[in-house]
Amino acid sequence: MDKLERIYLWIATVMLGIFMMAIIYSTLVLSIRIPSDKGKIIVKPGESLVQSVFQTPPFDHPGLYKRGEKEYELVIVGQAWAFNPADIEIPLNSTVRIKATSLDLQHGFYIASTPVNIMLIPGEITVFEYKFKKAGSYRIICNEYCGMLHHAMTGTITVK
Amino acid sequence: MKTTLTAYSVVQHPLHFDLCEIDRKLILGMILVGFGSLALGVFLGLLQAFNYAGVGLYQFFPGLKSYYHGLTLHGVLNGFVFPFAASNGFLSLTTIRGLGLRMPPFLLFLSLFSLIVGTGLSFYGILFGNSAVLYTFYVPMRAHWSFYVGIAFLVISTWAISLAQLVTLRKWKKEHPTDRIPLLAYASILTYIMWDISSIGAAVEDLFLLLPWSLNLLPGSDATLTRTLFWFTGHPIVYFWLLPVYVSWYFCLPAQVGAKLYSDLMVRSVFVAFLILVPVGFHHQYADPGIGLFYKWAAAVLTFGIAFPSLVTAFSVVYSLEMGGLSRGGKGIFGWVKQLPWKDPSVCAQILAGLAFLPGGMTGIMHASVNMDLLLHNTSFLPGHFHLTVGAAVALSLVGIAYWLVPYLTGKKLWGRSVARWQPWIYFFGVLIFSSGQMSGGVLGMPRRTALALIPYEPLAGWKISGTLTAIGGSLMFLSFLIFFFVMIMTILFGLKERQADMPIAQLIHGPSLKGSQLIFDKISYWVLLCFALIALLYGPFLITHLPPKLICQPFQGF
Ligand SMILES: [Cu+2]
Repeated sequence: MDKLERIYLWIATVMLGIFMMAIIYSTLVLSIRIPSDKGKIIVKPGESLVQSVFQTPPFDHPGLYKRGEKEYELVIVGQAWAFNPADIEIPLNSTVRIKATSLDLQHGFYIASTPVNIMLIPGEITVFEYKFKKAGSYRIICNEYCGMLHHAMTGTITVK
Repeated sequence: MKTTLTAYSVVQHPLHFDLCEIDRKLILGMILVGFGSLALGVFLGLLQAFNYAGVGLYQFFPGLKSYYHGLTLHGVLNGFVFPFAASNGFLSLTTIRGLGLRMPPFLLFLSLFSLIVGTGLSFYGILFGNSAVLYTFYVPMRAHWSFYVGIAFLVISTWAISLAQLVTLRKWKKEHPTDRIPLLAYASILTYIMWDISSIGAAVEDLFLLLPWSLNLLPGSDATLTRTLFWFTGHPIVYFWLLPVYVSWYFCLPAQVGAKLYSDLMVRSVFVAFLILVPVGFHHQYADPGIGLFYKWAAAVLTFGIAFPSLVTAFSVVYSLEMGGLSRGGKGIFGWVKQLPWKDPSVCAQILAGLAFLPGGMTGIMHASVNMDLLLHNTSFLPGHFHLTVGAAVALSLVGIAYWLVPYLTGKKLWGRSVARWQPWIYFFGVLIFSSGQMSGGVLGMPRRTALALIPYEPLAGWKISGTLTAIGGSLMFLSFLIFFFVMIMTILFGLKERQADMPIAQLIHGPSLKGSQLIFDKISYWVLLCFALIALLYGPFLITHLPPKLICQPFQGF
């Protein structure tokens, strides 16, 4: 290998190494976590997925629930073409634990311009935590294609 | 000097080559099907670009039915048909040229036939079978059976080429038991072996889960499993788009600028790296529930690894270009850039494609960065990224290749060279404007794959400017394609008869070693085994915990 090429590859390695360290830092220290395997909807024989979702707590009662001082749980069910609930009010500076699933298709649960950008997949339970530190109105957008009215699948979050 | 020429050549017969008439016609057929599909695909792309600006044009084309039907067709034509057809044609030629042997014409014919049947069936499935499932065909959105059969035929057309290559390589090895595999053929064949392995995921999904489901032979489908199988193929399909272009950048472009290829060892290691690093599809599933962190982080590390062969390629290509510029009289550190043959549309297109790959690769690393992806996942940032990679680095390079390949295959001189030389520039600036629109919009929350012209809420702040940039850039890209297709049609119909001597092939500076450790590169089966071991490590645990499939998803047709 040429000397120039060796230097070039070393610079590339160090650069990519720094990027990787930054991701690890942001995960471990800043706790910016991605969704992972946090449970499934069990469909009993003879039951449809829709029935099973409505019999699996907490999805039998979608909505926002207080779980502690400045701590909330938000239970969301996505379906073609709406979120249940679609309009949510959240007190400022509270940490919200989102638990979400889908009744039918794959959907996205994206709160525009935040890292809350998670997939709702039929049969899977998505868990994600986020602290709302800025007051204002946020737009919820389904950003995974889900059929002819995909663009109409939306909602709002008001933080105050 | 004669011995040097033989030893450092990338092909079996450096001085002599005749392309058989039947092979020529079959390869030309593949190229024409590919670019024909692209022509329709980019028109649909134009409609989508306007959609981002809030302008819905679909009502003027009732045959398209909806934005999503158009988008499905755009993805299938530009993501499957065009690159498959172009690779099948171009890499068949390079294999034949590299080994100095014909490939079985029956398999070439089978490939062309499957390509046409597959294109026809998926086209029918989308527009007449109402299969607006997009090119990712996520479950439980269900398509018409003809769509799934069409996709299967498209993949079969690539497998036929791979089989033809392997049969030919075997024959070559019998005749040359102690020689190194000629480098041009080595790169072409490894591209297809990589793709054979990669395509298994989507092929299993398509044939065993989706097709029987669409025929009502299965009660339901498994969303997480099919998604994982799709992305097993859906990431390395990117390499399958890219590697034929790398073949051109390594072997043809240096010859076109009057330079040489840097080193045999480098090329072989780059293609082997792409072969081994097939199983990284989990990085498309960072935002998914149901996939453990082990898979996501392992995919992240390997995805960073895949940056290296591309960085090495960049080094080698720039080295060759510099050599070419200097040999043409360039002075100083950057003087060689000016001396490159920019007026040659083929060279110009490929260099600009390579330049666009720079921001394309950087935004790719951003998407690969695990939690940073949460800010970008499924926003229009992603199409911004991949229009710089597949939409520019690949498509614009294939356009550049067509500028010599179509004249070479038709025996006609390129028509309108003075017009064609501006086409790559228009495309280049078009795609940069398009992508900056998509990316700035993505950061502001603009979703991808969404009929934005029809949303029931006010567009968020900044979306209008981003969407307008998208439409302006998209229009420029479309305009440049109009020029390209006009030039191609005029060349085929009215080009002056001219028999080209040979395809452009660069000679090597550092040739292959005939003994020692380097020989292991030619033991292709070892690398295949290594790849399967890595697949077992990454996908094995997932499959063990996830099988048998949970067929709980009822079919859904939202149209
Ligand atoms: Cu949705």
